[in-house]
Amino acid sequence: MVIYGLALMGGCMIVGTGLGYLIGHLVGIDANVGGVGIAMLLLVVISRQLMDKEQLSKLAQDGIMFWSAMYIPIVVAMCARQNVIAAFDAGALAFVAGLGAVFAGFLLIRPIAALSPKSDPLPPLDADNAAPAATVAVPESAKEVK
Amino acid sequence: MMDILVQAVSKYPLVTAFVVIGLIMWVSSYIGKIFNNRIHASAIAIVIGLILAFIGGKYTGGKHGISDVGLFAGIGLMGGSVFRDFAIVATAFGVKLEELKKAGVPGVVALVVSMILSTAIGAATAYAFGYTNPVDMATIGGGAATFIVGPVTGAALGASSEVIALSVAAGVVKSISVMILTPFLAKMAGLNNPAAAAVYGGLMGTTSGTAAGLAATDPRLVPYGAMTATFYTGFGCLVVPSLGYAAIVALVG
Repeated sequence: MVIYGLALMGGCMIVGTGLGYLIGHLVGIDANVGGVGIAMLLLVVISRQLMDKEQLSKLAQDGIMFWSAMYIPIVVAMCARQNVIAAFDAGALAFVAGLGAVFAGFLLIRPIAALSPKSDPLPPLDADNAAPAATVAVPESAKEVK
Repeated sequence: MMDILVQAVSKYPLVTAFVVIGLIMWVSSYIGKIFNNRIHASAIAIVIGLILAFIGGKYTGGKHGISDVGLFAGIGLMGGSVFRDFAIVATAFGVKLEELKKAGVPGVVALVVSMILSTAIGAATAYAFGYTNPVDMATIGGGAATFIVGPVTGAALGASSEVIALSVAAGVVKSISVMILTPFLAKMAGLNNPAAAAVYGGLMGTTSGTAAGLAATDPRLVPYGAMTATFYTGFGCLVVPSLGYAAIVALVG
């Protein structure tokens, strides 16, 4: 059933959020420390295991894939509710501080990424194919050509 | 007649949001085709979203962009943190474990380096603009990390509301510029593989910024970038008001 996929995702998210707040509590702040990231890790590991045992039906996977595909529209809605006016009105200090951090970040992507073992670029997307990660697995044949 | 129309549109706010966002996506892909798909349709949709947020903010004077306009209240729901985080978790489905392992150490390095750097840049900017009190410097430094770390730091240290508002604005500028600049700078920065995406997430931190930036660059990179980015805000709330503040006090007294 479709709901099994959602229940699995929701379960991971609740456990992740719980752990995030627990970590926050342990270090003495009232904040969720990485809850969503923990939920993602849980989903990666658990769904992989279930799929290896063929315990995750196609419909259950579709339930997760639906939300994965809704990602970009949700992000667009998120953009439409940003406080853009505040960013414009706060003046130069906010711009220098915010943009400075962004540019420093971009300059550091290459040097820090070089610390990792070689990660191959993803094959190009074709124009109409704006599908999210899960639907576009890297074909094995593309790897063998390398 | 008009009343009935308004009633139909505002009766189911979330459904109206699906229609509006659907239309935005359709218009964006159309504009994308005009530009021969040289600009990713998602990037166009994100810019349209930001323009709507600007119009909504001007029109209502509120903090939540277009969703403060009654008719578009559903967009606030659809773009709120619940759906966003649920969808982000969903993108992790199908992620390759081996890619994730490769991204681990550099992702953590990026997180730590970026937190130090953003706080330092924010604090130095604050100092240059005359906010020389360590509490103000740490708060604006936190804002340069994300618009959540800023107010958390300010509240913890007892900063004035003016300074907290500045720190939020710095965070919002960061988030919006990440949304807009990422697709343009991606090639230059080598942002085309999972490990680089994880580093990017750790360096930018802002969950909304990286979420939109990667969606407009290559949606397949989203889970890797989002994974590290989601640790950023919590990590920042932890270290900026404590270690960050201590370091700033040590430097400027």
